[in-house]
Amino acid sequence: MLLSQLPANKISEYLSTQELCFKTGSINIAVKSNIPAIIKHITDFYSHYDCLEKSDFIDLHVEVYSVGGYRKFYKPQVTFSFDGYEPFIPLPLKQAPAMFEWGLNWCIANVAHQYLIIHSAIIEKDGYGLVMPGTPGSGKSTLCAALVNKGWRLLSDEMALLSLKDGLIYPAPRPVSLKNKSIQIIKEFAPNAVFGDVIADTLKGDIAHMVAPVSALKGQSVPVKPAFLVFPHYEDNIEKKLIKLSKARALMTLAEHAFNFNVLGEEGFDSMANMIEQVECYDFSYSDLTTALDGIETLIQ
Amino acid sequence: MLDDQLVVQFLRNYGQGSLQKIDFTGYCWENLIRQSRRVNLLSRVAYFLCELELLEKIPEQPRQHFINAIKLSDANARSVYVEVKAIHQALNKEKVDFILLKGAAYVWSGVDSGKGRLFTDTDILVTKETLLPAETALSHNGWFALSLDAYTQKFYREWMHEIPPMTHRSRQTTVDVHHTIIPPTSRLKPKPIKLWQQADAMENMPGLFVLSPIDMIIHSATHLFHEGEFDQGLRDISDLDLLIREGVIEGNKWEELLVRAEELDLVKPVYYAINFTQKILLTPIPDKIIVKARSLAKMNSFLAMIMDVLYSKALITEHKTYSVNGQSFARWLLYIRSHWLKMPVYLLAPHLCRKSWLRISGQKDH
Repeated sequence: MLLSQLPANKISEYLSTQELCFKTGSINIAVKSNIPAIIKHITDFYSHYDCLEKSDFIDLHVEVYSVGGYRKFYKPQVTFSFDGYEPFIPLPLKQAPAMFEWGLNWCIANVAHQYLIIHSAIIEKDGYGLVMPGTPGSGKSTLCAALVNKGWRLLSDEMALLSLKDGLIYPAPRPVSLKNKSIQIIKEFAPNAVFGDVIADTLKGDIAHMVAPVSALKGQSVPVKPAFLVFPHYEDNIEKKLIKLSKARALMTLAEHAFNFNVLGEEGFDSMANMIEQVECYDFSYSDLTTALDGIETLIQ
Repeated sequence: MLDDQLVVQFLRNYGQGSLQKIDFTGYCWENLIRQSRRVNLLSRVAYFLCELELLEKIPEQPRQHFINAIKLSDANARSVYVEVKAIHQALNKEKVDFILLKGAAYVWSGVDSGKGRLFTDTDILVTKETLLPAETALSHNGWFALSLDAYTQKFYREWMHEIPPMTHRSRQTTVDVHHTIIPPTSRLKPKPIKLWQQADAMENMPGLFVLSPIDMIIHSATHLFHEGEFDQGLRDISDLDLLIREGVIEGNKWEELLVRAEELDLVKPVYYAINFTQKILLTPIPDKIIVKARSLAKMNSFLAMIMDVLYSKALITEHKTYSVNGQSFARWLLYIRSHWLKMPVYLLAPHLCRKSWLRISGQKDH
């Protein structure tokens, strides 16, 4: 059953009085929150996610709530709690949805050590997995959002979960988070995509979330074999350039993008080396989104 | 009250050797995972299950959390190895000896309390005379103190038993350098020289020591019952349980423990430690030893009763799956008490006023 099939008002009732439980990929999540912006965020972005039963095992219990004591009146703040532990300092209340998404990312990166977790967008087309790691500003989320609107399947725009057991990458589809200029770019590029309100002035600038397509949820239990590893770089006014990377160089760069490399040690290194062994590795510089997409589509042809 | 908490029951079962007998399919693994993660005990719980080869009996989803938790403590142990070697290299050049304390010492020396033990900072003890050379040596080798304001610097250096924490520039790890085990302003006055006299030298690492097994217990007890921080109280009680079983119960060294506690002027925390590990984890500690410790600590029965109530509440894991009436009040009272124990009133009053002011005015505090 989907969250949207719950009786009217149940999403908000469960969220504020007990917990609302849903799954993304193989991860089961229970959320509690009485913040209206979070209730709206979940209703807008997670309605097409699968509801969990009472008897299901929950991996992550999280809560988003307002804090501040007497400061509530003039400086309302929000905090994120992973089952009683608060990994971040509180943020202004209007950033609650962004904090919820960051908080979930933090939880997965700190708990799911059955995977090598790479800070990267991961999408799929025709069975080819495309891994796009990126530092902030590189345009990984922009490219990811654009490609997803052109028919690629979204596994995640933020973390690739590379299984240590079978070398496949597992989905955990969530809303795509776009920043600053790319919000407008994608809105123009994909007029049918559904966006939330812009959350201004966060640590990462302005943020808007894009709803994960239904296809992402339909395929949430289907892992993908990584085929291409592309490091995107956005630059002003350049010709697009796709440069093949040596495997050694790619490995070194990729290691910097892994969240739990030090936790996994040798096991993590081996998995990463195996993945690099099977994929084609590229550095990709671009300015213009449309030509960039053509460049990427040619990879799988 | 204590009996209902799953993580407490689990640790008791392990201690009594009855873990094999629990109902593996009907067990509420989710609550165990949640409660133990809350007090940083998930890796230890997982270690116990793995040690007894019970992981395979657990349903797949919770089992994965345990396996992942073991990876975490393994990674922690690997980093201790790197960290301690680096500290040793820096200090040994300047001929500064040091004793590893707490988590790092448990893991490094391979005692039972190192099983699945997680920690973030490395705590070391140097003598007061070598404090400055130690600080200099560390700062020449990549560690630096976070810039603290003048008050905090003064607070650490004049009243505390440690210098401000030093963080390594590239590894981002932190070392806490202590010159004694409780603040010099405290009422209890253990002499650190006595700890040095019985410390165990580590093989192949000249100048590196850990406390003797008995002193490890006393230090762990002092840390828990003198510092007033109970957020991970159950983890500390579990440490004490393992330390006491290995260091005292195995060789029946009760006399030795009490004599040593008196020698170090730390009978009171040792009384609390044996009293509460017995109460909470049913550690097999003879009642007569607890009574004896209480009388050595010169505690009257009224005071002992009050402290019983307060600590019993404070030490329970705070978690949604389990609520304790009056816990925050008990923790608050014990927090005030810990300051009371550490500082004379003429120092304490201005310090707490300053902390409150910083909190109320919304400024940062250390």
